[in-house]
Amino acid sequence: MTKLKRKDNRKADVIRPISIQVGVIPNANGSAMVSIGRTTAIAAVYGPRELHPRRLQIANKGVLRTIYSMLPFSVDERIRPGPSRRSSEICKVTRQALEPALYLEEFPKATIDVYINILQADAGTRTAGINAASAALADAGIPMRDLVGSMAAGKIGDDIVLDLEGKEEEETDCDLPVAYMPNSKKITLLQFDGDMPPADVKKVVKLAIKGCEIMYEKQKEALRDKWVGAQKK
Amino acid sequence: MGRSAEKVIPMTVQHSYITKLLATGKRADGRTVDQFRTVTITPGVAAKAEGTARVWLGKTDVVAGVKMSIGMPFSDKPNDGVLIVGAECSPIASENFESGPPDENSIELARVVDRGIRESKAIDTEKLCITPGEKVWMVNLDLHIFNHDGNLIDACSLAAMAALQTAKLPKYDPKTETLDTMTHTDPLPVKRVPLAVSVAKIGKDLIVDPTADEEAVMDGRLTMTTTEDGNICAMQKGTAPFMFEEIEQAFDITKKKGDELRKALAAALK
Amino acid sequence: MAELLKKERDFVLPGDELVKSMDYLPGKNAYREGDSVYAKRLGIVSLSNRVVSVIPLNSGYMPKAGDMVIGTVEEIQSNGWIVDIKAPYSAYLPLSGVREFIDTSKIALSTVYDIGDLLYAKVNMANSGSVHLSMQDPRSRKFRGGRIVKINPAKVPRLIGKMGSMITLIKDRTGCRISVGQNGLVWVDGERDDVAAQAVDMIERDSFHEGLTDRVAALVGGGPVPKQGDNYDKTQTKG
Repeated sequence: MTKLKRKDNRKADVIRPISIQVGVIPNANGSAMVSIGRTTAIAAVYGPRELHPRRLQIANKGVLRTIYSMLPFSVDERIRPGPSRRSSEICKVTRQALEPALYLEEFPKATIDVYINILQADAGTRTAGINAASAALADAGIPMRDLVGSMAAGKIGDDIVLDLEGKEEEETDCDLPVAYMPNSKKITLLQFDGDMPPADVKKVVKLAIKGCEIMYEKQKEALRDKWVGAQKK
Repeated sequence: MGRSAEKVIPMTVQHSYITKLLATGKRADGRTVDQFRTVTITPGVAAKAEGTARVWLGKTDVVAGVKMSIGMPFSDKPNDGVLIVGAECSPIASENFESGPPDENSIELARVVDRGIRESKAIDTEKLCITPGEKVWMVNLDLHIFNHDGNLIDACSLAAMAALQTAKLPKYDPKTETLDTMTHTDPLPVKRVPLAVSVAKIGKDLIVDPTADEEAVMDGRLTMTTTEDGNICAMQKGTAPFMFEEIEQAFDITKKKGDELRKALAAALK
Repeated sequence: MAELLKKERDFVLPGDELVKSMDYLPGKNAYREGDSVYAKRLGIVSLSNRVVSVIPLNSGYMPKAGDMVIGTVEEIQSNGWIVDIKAPYSAYLPLSGVREFIDTSKIALSTVYDIGDLLYAKVNMANSGSVHLSMQDPRSRKFRGGRIVKINPAKVPRLIGKMGSMITLIKDRTGCRISVGQNGLVWVDGERDDVAAQAVDMIERDSFHEGLTDRVAALVGGGPVPKQGDNYDKTQTKG
């Protein structure tokens, strides 16, 4: 096996520098900004609030809506604002990654809206978005079973690596994002692009879960910083 | 989704409170009528853009980003690069903003910022010509709101100029006709610094940098974009009518405040 | 042997394990999974007898029958008013919820309560997304003058204080008239309304500080307060 050489000299199981800041959007009920290397996601939670039009309401539980969008200048080639096929799919998998964590039954007929804006994109925007959304939901005081950590793993050559950055993602033939609730060990997001035997896929999932656990702890730290830090000042 | 901006009802109580307070020369947050909130300008917030800046006016939080591309010039200006400004009042920023294509408020915001930059010829567009009549640089300036607490036009105008002034052109290879967005060369040629300053009219008073609460009860808004040499290069009256004397007053206020903001911008970009 | 993993007043996040034992019951904002009780919301641990619960530090307002709330008239209908009470559901104030008899053939409803009017109303009924208000409670009124201060609904019990001690302190010391809505809107009127507003802000910011009462007393003036403890969790919720 050749010695692993990553673009930024990281070890296989090391995530790029992480920074999480909670409470970045004062108008929202909860918010968080997550940076992983040169990928930055900002999430804001509005609600529970009234859901219009009425026909979308569910009598015995609330609705979670997740809207993921990239700012036009977040990528190399400017993207037009507004939904795309890619962003629509990410909205859906993001919602399904977060929904299992929420007690939506406590808010019949209402909606909880989560907006995720990608300020800069250097791979891993959906996982950064899920981490930001999870921290923002907790910040908003939404009842949850657990926080949701999210991270992708992949393969470079023969090596299984955590947190692909932009160039690595372009070159790899394997990208596998995961979202995970550590307490119940439930996997809430699982996608895979690649071509690999199951034994290898299994290893990649395991490493991604390790990354999720790290992101989970980072979210907790950031939430504590905002809420306990503020009390100490 | 949510409530449309038109449906926000100013509470009668809050309206009379703000007006009464102004009658004694005070504002709810303790500012004087001609005082801006704390201005924070942070350039370089998104690595993939040619230039970006995030600006806070108190709790109002906006970001401007510049992306450069190569395109066709307009037939009546074959030697000039093209400026395209877009704005999005994203629902991340306020419970009153809705998802969907830009509404008239977003479009007005983009157009007022655009007009100031265009009319003052702040960008030296002739220097953005690659092949006359065929290839010029396109300057895509996108404005995005993260938190809306009033005075979006001034905040966006400031962010726009910060992003433009820090923008660098990506490397263009004329042989292959491709852009290397990883390598940046010359700065975007910016000659002047036009900045928009809005005055809000509440009762008989003209105030600057209104908060969202103040905007909810304001009778009118007047925006003037000034340059460092004292000229006015764009105006936009919003909502209710103004008297000529009030417009005269606004000339002085917007010039003075524009100069203050230009100073803050220069300091932030040092 | 009960294993408590968190102490009274500890800060917790959703998913934090509070106790590993069947001897404890999950109270408000806590849930059981297997042998353990976990936190459901961001907040502060509260233990009483064998019940472990979480007092939230941030929450939206969910209407409850009996609550006094402050709302803005949003719409006038043929038989009542739609009132925005900053909840996931807009509230309905029916004609029958008004104190006096109104003959709709003689007077327009807008002369009673008009769009934009600010009301102090009681939640009469709240279930599965349907909320009815009443203006028949003696405390109910339409506000004239004064100002509105916003506070996180999670901090309202703290603002009111034990047996209304905190709000009484602010009222007495500032000479202001104050009405607290459980939905986080607070109406303040009086000469020293800015001081009262600052006190409300302080409670919102420092709600779980030791010695909050003394700090508020120092702000509003008039000397220290006779000791009655900073018993944050056993607060009254009456307006």
